[in-house]
Amino acid sequence: MRFLFEPGFFSSAPVRTALVIGALAAVISAVVGVATVVRGQSFAGHALTDVATAGGSGAFFTGISPLVGFIGAGVFGAGAMDVIGMERLRSRDIATGIVLSVATGFAALFLFLDASKSATTGATQQILFGSIFTVNSSIVPFVIGLSVLTLIVMGLIYRPLLLSSLSGELASARGIKLRRVGLLFMLTLAIAVGVSSIAIGSVLSTALLIGPAATSLRLTTNMRNAISVSIALGVVATWLGVLLAYDSYYWFPSSRGLPVSFFIVALILLAYVVSGVPAIRRFAAQSAPGRRHMQLASRSVVAKRASEAT
Amino acid sequence: MNERAVLEVEKVSVSFSGRKILDDVSFEVRRGEFTGLIGSNGVGKTTLLRAILGLQRIDAGEIRVTGAPHRRGARSLGYVPQKVILDPDVPMRARDFVALGLDAERYGFTRRTKEQHALVEQMLVNVDASEFADRRVGGLSGGEQQRVLIAHALISQPELLLLDEPLANLDPASVQEIVALLHRVAGEYQVGVLLSAHEMNALLPVMDRIVYLTDGRAASGTTEEVVRSEVLSKLYGHHVDVIKLHGRVFVVAEPGRDNKDIAEHSNLTVS
Amino acid sequence: MFAGFMANAWLAGTIVAIVAGVVGFFVVLRGAAFPAHAIPNGAFAGAAGANLIGLNPLVGLGVFSLAAALGIGTLGRRGRSDAVTALALVTMLALGAALLSQSTEYEPQIFSLLFGEILGVSTSQIIPVAILAVVCVTAIGLLYRRLLLTSLAPEIAAARGVRPQVVDTMFLIVLACSTTMTVPVVGAFLIFTLMIGPPAAARCFSDRPGPALGGSVVIALLTLWAAIACSYQTNWPVGFYVGVFSATWYGVGRAYLASRRGRDATTSLVRAPTASGSL
Repeated sequence: MRFLFEPGFFSSAPVRTALVIGALAAVISAVVGVATVVRGQSFAGHALTDVATAGGSGAFFTGISPLVGFIGAGVFGAGAMDVIGMERLRSRDIATGIVLSVATGFAALFLFLDASKSATTGATQQILFGSIFTVNSSIVPFVIGLSVLTLIVMGLIYRPLLLSSLSGELASARGIKLRRVGLLFMLTLAIAVGVSSIAIGSVLSTALLIGPAATSLRLTTNMRNAISVSIALGVVATWLGVLLAYDSYYWFPSSRGLPVSFFIVALILLAYVVSGVPAIRRFAAQSAPGRRHMQLASRSVVAKRASEAT
Repeated sequence: MNERAVLEVEKVSVSFSGRKILDDVSFEVRRGEFTGLIGSNGVGKTTLLRAILGLQRIDAGEIRVTGAPHRRGARSLGYVPQKVILDPDVPMRARDFVALGLDAERYGFTRRTKEQHALVEQMLVNVDASEFADRRVGGLSGGEQQRVLIAHALISQPELLLLDEPLANLDPASVQEIVALLHRVAGEYQVGVLLSAHEMNALLPVMDRIVYLTDGRAASGTTEEVVRSEVLSKLYGHHVDVIKLHGRVFVVAEPGRDNKDIAEHSNLTVS
Repeated sequence: MFAGFMANAWLAGTIVAIVAGVVGFFVVLRGAAFPAHAIPNGAFAGAAGANLIGLNPLVGLGVFSLAAALGIGTLGRRGRSDAVTALALVTMLALGAALLSQSTEYEPQIFSLLFGEILGVSTSQIIPVAILAVVCVTAIGLLYRRLLLTSLAPEIAAARGVRPQVVDTMFLIVLACSTTMTVPVVGAFLIFTLMIGPPAAARCFSDRPGPALGGSVVIALLTLWAAIACSYQTNWPVGFYVGVFSATWYGVGRAYLASRRGRDATTSLVRAPTASGSL
């Protein structure tokens, strides 16, 4: 135990907040992420983190709540993408690109103005990468509230969204309004991404949105399993990442640790690469019950960690 | 072998991970003739066409185009794929797309000559596409896009023209127009046309030869030779009836036979 | 405004805009906006790494952007290419974060790598940029027709002996190359913006590939020149103006297209392709 958990891991308040916030972000990212990957909207999912970040830098400058900046800009950006056109694959690409361009333009402006207004160091760094260890615990209630909202909306639109992602024609034949479902999903995505990028930073937000979902979609055959597996993957990667980052302070003599995002992304990438190995895919495809066990096992590990952590 | 043969497929077999997709398939396509490759969805039509194009490795047999073993990208072959998703935002007129058929694989930026422009114009007239030659390809209807794709394939003067399900997703009027166009083109350019389709009735008036594919096995010959109860029953491995009615052909299995191929086939023709 | 150090800014801006206009035309045509965003953004981590071990940042940028291009090109072939692009991006950014955490002075450098410092370009920086620009534009010129055909109809290209995957990877390498040269000058965000807005606007104005490509270069040049001028006057960052101007161009292009469609409704430009299911 001592070997694994360096001293003070469980008694540290930032670590506890990081574990809670990280797990929450991982869960909503996994739920929204599976739909994002299936719909081929990874670019929009990532771009919205940058758009939210631009909103964050604007909020920093104007002095309004960063939460409003992050979520507001994300929702606005998602709406703008929808107006420009998200129906066709390639116009979707351009819609995302244009919105991202404008957002980064404003981010450049706000960061410039921020820097000239106050000599805050680390603002760029902080806004770009965030840091799970420096999360202000006062935003935790908001994060929980918005996460619950996201999950509820996803639950409501789950079936029409699934059908319209698989076949637009089939969905409209059944009376599903593709445009409305698409827009609702984009707005949900914007909120999910906004929440997770304010909590864990833009890099991790994209990583948790796409990585576990893309991995689980290679291993499972139905959506429900895909969502459960990606939740498990996301949460495990996040907690292990926090643990390793905490421990890493003791690795180097300079006592300068490596960032959490590095470990979490490395774990997610590892899972994705491993899931691509043909033998593993075949194993997962052939042994559906076996896969269940695997899932349950990983969940029980998670549960055990959770009980230890509190 | 017939000296007019532009395509010879001999005892070709292809399997994917132990499953036989094509099993000992043989047929030939002749210059100036219209050959239909008929079979339901999933019987291996696309695989066969990809094998002819050199994009699919074959496990056994031989494929010769104009007498020589085929190599990928030969100019003697024109191809119209099953699905081309052209985006209406792409800045490319029908005319530009046809011209691209002349020199798409050439490196660099050479200017096209007057003769080449005249050739493009002529080709557009030939496929009845001059009316929409200056509109964007992505904005054209399905039938119009098919014409442009056919012109694109023909302009490099191939000896064999392969079309993968060009009639799917077209309305009946467009189907007739495209079929008539291909028949005319086959004679005019002395090109062998091989067209895959899941439904043969639209092709009956123009089809010189038929390759009937089911479960990876094929029967070929003229329509009269192949579309007969004995031949098709042998191919399917159980009894089927061939019913000719009002100039249309229906392939019907005995009731209770749970044969998806036939069910689908007769459904399509009845509707 | 045209004297002294500003001469370098105008020159560098012109080179960058030409490259962005040419490469961006195919970025938009091929739907490669995500790689065009991911490669320069991720590559900045390479510059950070190079800084840490005392190498020229250009080397780090080059290595990272090439690795990203090849990774996206080969892994994206199997599986979902947009998810692979996202993973490549976050991997590079996470590596960048790790490298930065080990170094002491970073803040202004990250800012300039992301947002550029075109007003402070030195003469020695322009030479490698010019060389790489010539390489990129020549490569696109050589591949021009192959890029067109593989973007529109990859199956036809394959049947004609042009391997779409090979063309795709070559294009990503050109993209990586143009990124390496432009990131130190204009920043990762700005180069992406110039590769999307102007080409997307240009294809509203012309139905032909050649003129649309030319238009893309012209619009990119006008955008960047105007942005440099405004930035010089107001002291606000160039990136802000480039973002706003190129989006405006796109808006104007869309409006023009809509009005043209309205004018000749009989020969409407966009007619929905015949719906399937018409048996």
